[in-house]
Order: sequence, then C-alpha cells, then structure tokens
Amino acid sequence: MTPATEAPVLPDYILRIPTGTFRGLNPLTKLVFAAAAAIVAFGVRGWTGPAVAFVAVVVCGALSGSLRRMALFSLASLPLLVSILVVNTFLYPGAHDTLVVIGPLTATWSGATAALQGLLRVVAFGLSAALFALTTSIDDLMVELERRGLGRRGSYVVGSALGAVPRTLERAREVADAQRGRGMDTEGGPLRRLRGLVPLIGPVVFGALGEVEERAMALEARAFTAPGRRTILRALPDSSRQRMIRWTFLVGSVAAVAASLALPGRLP
Amino acid sequence: MSPGLQLVGASYRYAGSSRPALSDVGLTVLPGRVVGVVGANESGKTTLCLVASGLAPVAIGGRLDGSVRVDGVETAGLAPHRLAQLCGMLFQNSLTQLSGATATVFEEVAFGPANLGLPVAEVVDRVRWALGLVGIDALALRDPARLSGGQGQLVALASVLALRPRYLILDEPTSELDPAGARSVADVLSRVAAETGAGILLVEHKLEILAGIADEVVVLEGGKVALADEAATVLADPRLAGLGVEPPAGVRLERAVVGAGIEWSAAMAAAIR
Repeated sequence: MTPATEAPVLPDYILRIPTGTFRGLNPLTKLVFAAAAAIVAFGVRGWTGPAVAFVAVVVCGALSGSLRRMALFSLASLPLLVSILVVNTFLYPGAHDTLVVIGPLTATWSGATAALQGLLRVVAFGLSAALFALTTSIDDLMVELERRGLGRRGSYVVGSALGAVPRTLERAREVADAQRGRGMDTEGGPLRRLRGLVPLIGPVVFGALGEVEERAMALEARAFTAPGRRTILRALPDSSRQRMIRWTFLVGSVAAVAASLALPGRLP
Repeated sequence: MSPGLQLVGASYRYAGSSRPALSDVGLTVLPGRVVGVVGANESGKTTLCLVASGLAPVAIGGRLDGSVRVDGVETAGLAPHRLAQLCGMLFQNSLTQLSGATATVFEEVAFGPANLGLPVAEVVDRVRWALGLVGIDALALRDPARLSGGQGQLVALASVLALRPRYLILDEPTSELDPAGARSVADVLSRVAAETGAGILLVEHKLEILAGIADEVVVLEGGKVALADEAATVLADPRLAGLGVEPPAGVRLERAVVGAGIEWSAAMAAAIR
C-alpha cells in the first residue's frame, strides 16, 4: 500500500486544549485536588476538615462555572445523606443529651452534630468528585495517565470503564424498548417496575459480556498488545507551578490529617 | 516467496469443542484480488475469517492443523500485533470494532498506528491517507460513538487500513447496513483493492455485492469448501441453492426469463448489472 505524504500537523479538534480558570488545569492537578479534598473531608476531625474541603470545592466549582451542575450531580447521594442524618441523630451510641423525642425515638445533640458533620463530609466529597467529572473529559484523563506511565492497558481500562456507563445505560434502554415491544409492562408502581427489571438483566449483562469478547479480539486486530509505549498524539499543558500546587495539595492534606490525629480537640 | 494469503489444508476446532469448525480448507487470496465467501449459517464463514487473520488460534485459542501463510510467512506463532500488520480484520459489528476510548474519528483511526508506537508524523500521515482512501475525511472530527451504522463500518475499515495490512479479511461488513450503506462499503472495497493492491477475503451474504466486486467466490458447507471458482461461474452454479445460498437476483431473473422461453440477451445482462 502506498500512502500519500502530508505535513504532520495535528488539527485543532485533536489538540483540544482545555481553557478556563479551573477547567484549563492539567487533569492530574484536578485529580489531585479532588483526592486532597476527599482526604481532608474525611480525615480531619470535627468541623474543620469537611468545612475547609466544602468551601474549597465550592470556590473551584464557581470558578469553573459548574456549581449548578455539581449540585445536581450530588443529588445522587441524597439517599445516603438521609440515612446518615436519621441514623446518627436518633441512634448515636452513648448519647444522652436529648434534643427532641419522637415516639419511641430520641434525637440527641451529639447525634445531630455527628450527623451534620458526616453529611458535610459526604457532600464535600461528592462535590469534589462531581467537579472533577464535570471539568475533565475522559480522553484528557486517559492521555495524561498514559503520558505519566500508567501504560496502555491501565489507561484503557480506566477510560473504557468510565465510557461503559453511558453505553450500558443506552443498551438497557434499547432492551427495555424491545421488551415493551413484546408486551412487557415496565411502567407503573415500584413493584411493577422492579418486575420489569428482571428480563432486562440477562440481555444487558450477557450482551455486555459478549461485547467484551468481541472488543478484545478487535483490539488484538488493531495491535493493542504491541510492545513498547503507544504514541501519544496530544500533549496537555502542564507547568512547574501546577506541579508545585499538586505537591502542596498532597502533602498539605496528609499533614492536616496527621495534625488532626496528633492534636485531638485542638481543632473545632 | 509465493505471494498471497494461503490456507493449506486448514482445519480448526474451537477450544473445548470436539467437532472441527473448519475442515481441510484450501484457498488463496492474491494481492489486488477480492475473494468472496458465502455459505449457509454455521457453515464456518466467521471461523474462516478468524483463522485467515491468525486471530484463531493466536488470540482465542483452539487448535489449528494445516497452515496459514501470508506471502510465504507462516502466521502460526506470530504475535498479534505482527499479524495485524499482515492481515487486517473487519468484524460484523462496527460498534465493538471501535475502541470506545477516543473522542474523534481521527483519533479512532489513529488508535492502531499509535499502538505500534510510530512517530506522530507517521501516525498522522497514515490516518489522513486511510480517511481519504475510504472517503470519510469529513467525519474526522465526529464522535465515533455517534455515527450511523454505515459510517461506523467505514471508520472501522479506515482504522484497519491505517495499519497498512497486505490483506484484508472482512466478516459480513454490510450485514447491519441499509442498501445505500452496503453499496458505499462495496465501492470502497473495490477502490481499496485497486489502489492499494491489498488482497481481500470478503464474507458476504448479499450476493449482488459479491457479483459486483469479487474475482472469485468460495462456498462453504459444514466447514468445508464445497465450491470455488471465478465469481461469475460460482454465482451461476445451479448447486448454489442446495448449499443454502440463494443465487443473486440477476441469476434468478435470467433463469426465470430462460424458463419462460425468452432468449436471454447480453443487453438484458448489462441492464441488470
């Protein structure tokens, strides 16, 4: 086969350099920020950890213009938040400082405080994950992880796993439509909807497994297992300033947790 | 070195199966030629593709007897990435053929060359060449997950071509396409064979497509070669229907015309072509 020869200039739609105050950061910087926020939210005791993480994430969310979508994203954790609130407020072990009595249940101040702290931790973590997901595209993350030496298999697993979620949802919708076309009732009350799930599970799961097998062969046919490093077409911007920020986040979050553990009662 | 993709006495059984899916198959695909493969369901067409491409047994296991050679080189024992550069394989379903990990068609087509670790300039050259050859330059910036079936199959074909294989093996590439999409893929395959000199082994149910582009046709039955000859000869063979393959519409029409006592003329044959 005789190829034509042209100048190796990458078009703009391949380079896709992210722009914006927070969005324009290197994906690794955003990933480290999200991890540091989670470490601080869950690792630093009292109100300080979750409050600092929450404020930091909200400020970055506002800078990136994603605050509204982050809030919608974090609605997914609503059942968890409700259970944290109820269980801690009413069933906090060893607490006797009654806040209010509702029938056989007694809400305590200690329980309510622990519940609100736990709630803030989960919200801060959820928002940090949402911020990362909303400001970083999957392929940007894959490019960066691969450039950092994760390897083609590792980065492909990360990327295809993230990409598999919408694909699986789409397949489930197709199967549900097909089942409805054959007379299955998937509308109505919760019990009826639950029954409607059963005939979806087989086609979706086995279809996905079959797809994995075919895709594995197709990847072999496209030299995926070739030795050595893959060619990386895109290079995302990074800087010594961002490297310093990443180390500061990492070291700072671990130090904050260590300080919180070493100095109990000194932080609010 | 004898040129061509050659299967000599090739028999193959899948891992865990006691029955061979292919038995003593012999065929040759010469550079620049298109060899069509037809047969009823379960006749071994997909297995033939996997064996010819080397994916069976290299990637999926099983046992191969006989030999598969590409331009004189035995494929047994070659690493999958070496095989991919000798024989490109296009599967039926373009969705599973695509990597699912790229944001644009350009990067999807670049996936294979990038796997080889080629310099960026070489990767870009190959992508532009493959997109141009298949005629899908305009799709370069599109999201591969949001293409029509025909477009997806053309992108998958360009992705395979970007590895610059000497032979192409295509397993029912038009099975999920409408007539216009199928014609588009067939036109591209004719162009690829003519312009690149690649040999093509094409499994295809739509015999009108084979009648248009195949030089030779092989009919499989029960994993064995039942008929093999020049395309026009095989497609007009009266034994075809008995092998579970419906003859092309043109052949059926000719038989009906002749059966009605009307003389079949060259002008009629040209008109239905």
